[in-house]
Amino acid sequence: MEKLFETKNNLPVRIADIPVVPYNKFFEVITFLLRSQDYHILTYLAYPTDQGLSFVCAIADDQNKSISLISHLIPNGAPLKVYSMMPKYDVFHSCEREIHEKYGVVFEDNHFLKPIRYSHDRINKESKITDYPFYKIESDELHEVGVGPIHAGIIEPGHFRFLCAGERVLHLEVQLGWQHRGIETLFLQKKKLLQRAVLAENIAGDTAVGHTLAYSQAIESLAGLKIREKLNYERVIALEIERIGMHIFDLSNLCTGAAYQLGNASLGVLRTPTINYLQTWCGNRFAKGLIRPGGTHYPFTRELQEKLLTYLDSFEEKYAVISDKLLNLSGIQLRFQDIGTLTRKQVYMIGGVGTTAKMAGLKRDTRWSHPFAGYHELHHEPVIFDAGDIYARIQVRHYEILQSIKYLRRIAEIMNFQNQVPSPITDENIRLAKSCLTVSITEGWRGEIVHTAITDQEGNICCYKIKDPSLHNWWALALSLRDREISDFPINNKSYNLSYCGHDL
Amino acid sequence: MLKEIKILRNHGKQFIADVTQPVLPSTFKGRPIISEEEVDNAELISLCPTDAINDNNGIEIDLGKCIFCGECMFRFPEKVKWVNDYKTATNKRESLIIKEGNEQLVQIDQSIISKQIKSLFGRSLRLREVSAAGDNSSELELNATVNPNFDLARFGIDWVASPRHADGLVLTGPISDNMAEPLQICYDAIPDPKILILVGTDAISGGIFAGSPALNRKFLEGKHVDLFVPGNPVHPLTFVNGILELTRKIKS
Repeated sequence: MEKLFETKNNLPVRIADIPVVPYNKFFEVITFLLRSQDYHILTYLAYPTDQGLSFVCAIADDQNKSISLISHLIPNGAPLKVYSMMPKYDVFHSCEREIHEKYGVVFEDNHFLKPIRYSHDRINKESKITDYPFYKIESDELHEVGVGPIHAGIIEPGHFRFLCAGERVLHLEVQLGWQHRGIETLFLQKKKLLQRAVLAENIAGDTAVGHTLAYSQAIESLAGLKIREKLNYERVIALEIERIGMHIFDLSNLCTGAAYQLGNASLGVLRTPTINYLQTWCGNRFAKGLIRPGGTHYPFTRELQEKLLTYLDSFEEKYAVISDKLLNLSGIQLRFQDIGTLTRKQVYMIGGVGTTAKMAGLKRDTRWSHPFAGYHELHHEPVIFDAGDIYARIQVRHYEILQSIKYLRRIAEIMNFQNQVPSPITDENIRLAKSCLTVSITEGWRGEIVHTAITDQEGNICCYKIKDPSLHNWWALALSLRDREISDFPINNKSYNLSYCGHDL
Repeated sequence: MLKEIKILRNHGKQFIADVTQPVLPSTFKGRPIISEEEVDNAELISLCPTDAINDNNGIEIDLGKCIFCGECMFRFPEKVKWVNDYKTATNKRESLIIKEGNEQLVQIDQSIISKQIKSLFGRSLRLREVSAAGDNSSELELNATVNPNFDLARFGIDWVASPRHADGLVLTGPISDNMAEPLQICYDAIPDPKILILVGTDAISGGIFAGSPALNRKFLEGKHVDLFVPGNPVHPLTFVNGILELTRKIKS
């Protein structure tokens, strides 16, 4: 293959170095690479430049731990029409919908070119979220079930439309966009580092560490800031505690789905000391305020180290008993095994990441493939299960919790408290590289988070693209329900626990 | 069976007996205390990411706009100190504005609460939560209010699915344009009399999203708000204490 530019996670590249190729070449190179499951799409975006609409695709090479970049330009005045990559790989469908919605580019043969989130800057302002063109089948024997946008519990809004034959779901369409807050626009409008950090924290409040770390690393990479070892370790601690906190929440919630009250209550209360630990550290149970570009206001102290170990001891002892019970309980196995099963091929085609990939035998974990912060030293090996059912999603979470505990202990042990951690960098002390692009990846508890920042000739950010793991993973939920009973929806939904606001931005 | 007993023993008693008493860690930022120290006010005001700091014959911080990042404290420790007070819910918007000088608590003004609220909702209250572009942190904290620790249900207060069963609406999120209509429909479906509670800075002012072209906050125009619960996200104790003070008959 030719015409590719290789970089790494958080290594900025000059825009001029990214090869700009005709669309047929662009198509050919990308689809060729994706024939191997070692490659996957990190981001596929378009942004306006002086010359026209510029497309950039970042493809991860997991074995080589590198990122390949390739670009295409539709010059000003040229027709906004190209052929779709979706017929080859479903993963492109969401990205193409985004570009279509925002810039009006027509992707021929993308048969699902509907509005993705009814963004405020959509080209077709006439389209209304309440008038979404759902997939339909005309038949006297079928019926539709609509759920949402407001759901029964205290959760975010989204609409689910089931097309059913009796109890059997033929097709589930997930319609999102209700949560759209214009975050990518605000990232350009709000120029201060702190404002952008706060925005990053609020992309998905349940993944504050994951997203703010992706943002901070993007800024640090463009500013050429070296982050010292201790801060990198602290960031790993924060990310792993966030992972434990949300994984245990999901396990508890799944117990509710199977009417297992003891599991629900006893796992639920284990979440409390987990997020309370973050509160002790930085005053916020979701670690908002902890991660900042260049440094932190809350250095990890010896006292925090002691408290961490005390918390882990107590957590581990209690978790061991209840998790053992949970995984071996016949009621849990009966309810969750062989339910909502996806194959590795399916997950690969939709671009599934994180838990969604790992439960179906697909090795997608950027702590392993594109290590960042302190993960270089941990030599992370992802937890993989092959079954692809809800039980496998439980197993991935369970073993990831155990793995996180192990990592936390190891890092607490090797952390050198002699080293100082700087305060966050301020606006006056930072200059971003001009006309550069950086891809910043972190592994949140749902999966890989990708922030792509592009600067203009003055070094101002002119494009900021956020990809939450949920963007592709929502399709896993839709596929899991295909040909299943509609009553299996709640447990499938809980087993993925995807982000609405992370998708809607 | 032995295993279940062990799980139950580990579980122990989880509930907080008196929800007005817990002490949060000193790092928790609930309420600021602003001194009369002379500092560069212009710089203090401009560092705030959500324009929550103002100079109005002295520095003031609006907890309805604040996202509790604490930057003011880190940059001007002699001027702003944050304390771990979580009883910061109030029924008056202006009570969220903390002025410099004397230490000022955020309180609920009992004199303006209608008698109906105390008599109808004092012993039983059902709430419908709507997240209108909330980021799932305040939503998780509201879920936590009925977990085994905070156990709000023991006070006769609970969350319901149908607005027809609800006595009030609890709103999180800055209200996206896309959620404006569903929110209005849900509110209209709740029978009168009903209360309206804004939870989190996003709901109260839009927070970091204030002024975004993707928001539509018309829903709030002209509406009486019964309780403002500040936070990013709110702490369950802030909500629990606020709702109890609003609806319980207080023994004086």
